[in-house]
Amino acid sequence: MKLIIATIKPFKLEEVREALTETGVRGMMVTEIKGFGSQSGHTEIYRGAEYAVNFVPKVKIEIVVAAAMADQVVETITKTAQTGKIGDGKIFVLDVEQAVRVRTGETNDDAI
Amino acid sequence: MKITKSFLVGAALTALPTLALAEDAAPGFDEIGPYIMTTLLFCMAGFLVFFMAAGFAMLEGGLVRSKNVTMQMTKNIALFSIAAIMYWLVGFNTMYPGDFNGYFAIGGQTVLDAVGVSAADAALDYASVGSDFFFQLVFVAATASIVSGAVAERIKLWPFLIFVIVLTGFMYPISGSWKWGGGWLDAAGFQDFAGSTVVHSVGGWAALAGVIVLGPRLGKYKDGRVNPMPGSNLALATLGTFILWLGWFGFNGGSQLAMGTVGDVSDVSRIFANTNMAAAAGAVTALVLSQLLYKKPDLTMVLNGALAGLVSITAEPLAPTLFGALWIGAVGGVIVVLTVPLLDKLKLDDVVGAIPVHLFAGIWGTLAVIFYNSDATLGGQLIGIIAYGVFTFVASLVVWFILKAAMGIRVGEEEEIVGLDMSELGMEAYPDFTKG
Repeated sequence: MKLIIATIKPFKLEEVREALTETGVRGMMVTEIKGFGSQSGHTEIYRGAEYAVNFVPKVKIEIVVAAAMADQVVETITKTAQTGKIGDGKIFVLDVEQAVRVRTGETNDDAI
Repeated sequence: MKITKSFLVGAALTALPTLALAEDAAPGFDEIGPYIMTTLLFCMAGFLVFFMAAGFAMLEGGLVRSKNVTMQMTKNIALFSIAAIMYWLVGFNTMYPGDFNGYFAIGGQTVLDAVGVSAADAALDYASVGSDFFFQLVFVAATASIVSGAVAERIKLWPFLIFVIVLTGFMYPISGSWKWGGGWLDAAGFQDFAGSTVVHSVGGWAALAGVIVLGPRLGKYKDGRVNPMPGSNLALATLGTFILWLGWFGFNGGSQLAMGTVGDVSDVSRIFANTNMAAAAGAVTALVLSQLLYKKPDLTMVLNGALAGLVSITAEPLAPTLFGALWIGAVGGVIVVLTVPLLDKLKLDDVVGAIPVHLFAGIWGTLAVIFYNSDATLGGQLIGIIAYGVFTFVASLVVWFILKAAMGIRVGEEEEIVGLDMSELGMEAYPDFTKG
């Protein structure tokens, strides 16, 4: 099993969810986050004073899938969330040791 | 009921003048009509200006951060109530002492007309004491509201309220008597119809002194940079601005101080139209100018622009044409957009823009009187502006410094960061909201 963590632009969330659902992903965890990468913030003006917005709003998606599906999920997210402009986000893939479905006690691939 | 009856009798007697000559006749409309109409004007205008207290509360509640909203609301309702009591206790009769030396006369408590006062005992050339007192007291509350916005988010509750006692009971009434009480500035030819200087600049000067003594909010100016602290709710701030705009019709219209003749009632409506025009011009100017200067329109500047337009027209809302009201208000909008960043350069942290709106636009409005009112002179206006500025600023500085030395006026660092709602009051305005 693989845990895929993707940070994307918030307005792309719905598109990414639809595309992933079509590929067979059955669940995901979504969090609104702030952060910075190479985009490293931007400036805004409030009442005539320019200020730096150091942390940019992003959406973090966490998905656990069977190892065989991981590449497809990563590819789908990359394709869907891409605008080509700076700040499109990052994807990380991690190994998952164990998964349990609380309701039934099923484990690992059966649980996801 | 009584009023309606006298009205009908009066109208009948006016229509039939021969009958009016009968002995012991009730007074005719010519005698009591103006009293009734002016009293009505004061009551209605007073309600409108009263509602400005709600406008200030919403504007300030929207422009402070959510951790300080309960405190800002507490200050607003407390300051209005304190102003109401102080104005009865000493303020009203200090501001309108009748015959006095023109500079200073501390008055006693306000006494109303007797219940069911007869025409013979009423001030038929003016209005009832109750309506006059109420109309004047809602003005002083506006002055105190101006201060609360500027010093928000870091001042302690009780020292602020003590300042309000001094401002509403003494400082505002004493300086107000110089012009509206028939004192030395009135004799000097100073013109201020509804209070660009007497009310708004006075609030602005007191606020400026408070901001200087208090210092900026923590983290507002760091390493030569300005760190904006965006307000918690711009919908509330917009509602507050519209409420103030509405209230201003009473503020300026009621200041005609008479509604008993065709001329007076027409003048009141003329003032409404001019007041509205100035507000609109101030808002549009701020909208366009913030787009040009900052590449995006800034709603908070547009709100301040409307208010600056209103303050600008307050010293002379009657004489200008609608075009006159437009350009006077528009200049007010320019003043706001240019002076809000200027105050930040000087590290004067005015949370809601009270000083640009009420002080700077107030000075402009007072000067602008000379363009449309031939009784006004540049010299006369400048004397008034300077006299109110020096007196209010110095007296406020003294009071703020005394309060600072006696009890401290600023909350501690941790309290300020946590927010005054939890640290001073233990009560949040939005306890169910997640922290943004």
